[in-house]
Amino acid sequence: MAQTATAVRELTFGDAIKEAIAEEMRRDSRVVLMGEDVAEAGTTFKVLTGLVEEFGTTRVIDTPISEAGFTGLGVGAAMAGMRPIIDIMFGDFMTIIMDQLVNQAAKIHYMSGGHWKVPMVVRCTMGATRRSAAQHSQSLHAWPSHVPGLKVIVPSTPYDAKGLFKAAVRDDNPVVIFEHKISYRKVKGPVPDDDYIIPLGVADVKREGTDITLIALSSMVQVALGAAKMLEEVGISAEVVDPRTTWPLDEKTLIESAKKTSRCIVIDEGYGRYGVTGELASVVQEGAFYYLDAPVRRLGAMHVPIPFSPSLEDMTVPTESQVFDVARELCNK
Amino acid sequence: MSGVKPKASASAIGKDQLLRFYKQMVAIRLFEERVNDLYTRALMPGLAHLYIGEEAIAVGVCEALRKDDYVTSTHRGHGHCLAKGASPNLMFAELLGKEAGYCKGKGGSMHIADPGTGNLGANAIVGGSAGIATGAAYASKYLKNGRVAICFFGEGALGQGILYEEMNLAQLWKLPVIFVCENNGYNEYTHFSESTAGSVTGRAQGFGIATETADGQNVREVYTIASKYIERARSGEGPAFLEFKTYRYHGHHVGDIARAYYRPKAEEQEWVTQRDPVTLHGEWLMSNGVADRAALDAIQEALITEMDAAVEFAVASPYPDPIRVTEDIYA
Repeated sequence: MAQTATAVRELTFGDAIKEAIAEEMRRDSRVVLMGEDVAEAGTTFKVLTGLVEEFGTTRVIDTPISEAGFTGLGVGAAMAGMRPIIDIMFGDFMTIIMDQLVNQAAKIHYMSGGHWKVPMVVRCTMGATRRSAAQHSQSLHAWPSHVPGLKVIVPSTPYDAKGLFKAAVRDDNPVVIFEHKISYRKVKGPVPDDDYIIPLGVADVKREGTDITLIALSSMVQVALGAAKMLEEVGISAEVVDPRTTWPLDEKTLIESAKKTSRCIVIDEGYGRYGVTGELASVVQEGAFYYLDAPVRRLGAMHVPIPFSPSLEDMTVPTESQVFDVARELCNK
Repeated sequence: MSGVKPKASASAIGKDQLLRFYKQMVAIRLFEERVNDLYTRALMPGLAHLYIGEEAIAVGVCEALRKDDYVTSTHRGHGHCLAKGASPNLMFAELLGKEAGYCKGKGGSMHIADPGTGNLGANAIVGGSAGIATGAAYASKYLKNGRVAICFFGEGALGQGILYEEMNLAQLWKLPVIFVCENNGYNEYTHFSESTAGSVTGRAQGFGIATETADGQNVREVYTIASKYIERARSGEGPAFLEFKTYRYHGHHVGDIARAYYRPKAEEQEWVTQRDPVTLHGEWLMSNGVADRAALDAIQEALITEMDAAVEFAVASPYPDPIRVTEDIYA
């Protein structure tokens, strides 16, 4: 049935991602998706259920449990005219594909003097509190963000996830997208059913405020928004800024917000040490130093392997009340 | 041993083709001798891994390919690039880090790449290009363009897990990729018997991949075997694994001069004097009446002129403008 106008529905984070993939596969026959149990099983998270029915097993491809193997194959396929989406079940398996991603995909364009391109998307998951223990719970998006040649998406809402994913598929570079696995079903939001894309490298102000800037990514955007509500009740107006991509990075929006509010906390589910929070805090510090009334603070995952026991695991992820406490301290309120 | 047994005789190869083998092998030999010279005169930065002694493999395989077929190469890759049709001018320019080089001076000796000749790139991670070659073969099959991908690697790559992951995928999906193992006997400074358990071709046979082991110093044999498996792959019958026995005359790299601790001089001398692919093919051409000594000398003389001019071109070429350092990071 022909659509006459854009319909905006409430979609889950997972369904928004599936819609992005399906739309891009309909648009371009060179787009294929491959990974472990992505076809009939629809991934272990059931995010892609129904995709293989529409596109068949030549485009939605079950692979052996061989992450380095099919990621490397994706690099070559991308160079030779395809636009593969490589499905890595858990972001923790980033370790297994690192050579293909870092030494191959990221460097081929530069090493070849711009002659070869690698238009490939790697999708993987991040996030703790699923009781999956130390090898299935990490948020390792800082790793590819460190490497020139890669782009990294860390979406927080269904709307952003769809628009950014579609941009990634159309990008001529290797792009890694970290999908927060708890968000797949838990986070819902309005998503237009039309063909919109969100350019990589444009931050989004999720909530306007005047007293303090909360820079947050992925799952931590919800945490920041919750903290902002609590802060409002004690008279602190918090602005929540979501960079949406760690690279390219919209430094300007982060700096402008911090200049306006004069205080800033960076919140991320990755490890704090040598991580994304450190980088973003540094960007703000260098760009807004003379406007700041307090040091930029960071809240990241506790520097421990993610523990299994719920009582321990929950301690490792930044919470609304932690953000609230740090914000009050910075604002002296 | 799985797969078909190719035993097409060399007499099936045309005269022009036989002469081209010679020309291509001599071109690589002369190119590499100039690399050695540039390096030892400190005109070439970085590292130089010479292909001298192994020329028959690159030439025999690449002569069996179409221009639009793909190859991936290794740190010892100059021979593969030239055999696939690279220009010596742009090769030397790249080796010297010049703007005119294949990669604008950003890749160097170990990363020559050229879409124009189907060269997906030389790779400095041992075994690192197995995924790229297999992926290019996957794309060929999906896009139905009939292209075959060659994955060149040394026997040192037999220790890398990625190679086996790719062999599994290639055979599972019947991809048109040929794994070409250039077994020169040494993983850097270690004899491969000290690093490699079991059978070389048995590894591929475990996946059900067709295999062949042959003399890598005989260009006609390499060509005949490669042709057979390349056409087999092109017709949709899947990958092959070819092991060619060869020898690296020089060290692992140009600076590797004192080699007696890992291989005897007598062994080197035996290969150089008894099993040199250029000499053997030249003698075969003469004894079979394809060419006389004068004709072969004329081929060599013309190539010397060409290679000397290429070196001159590269030496005279400018280095990249500093502004280029941040270009080509993203497409």
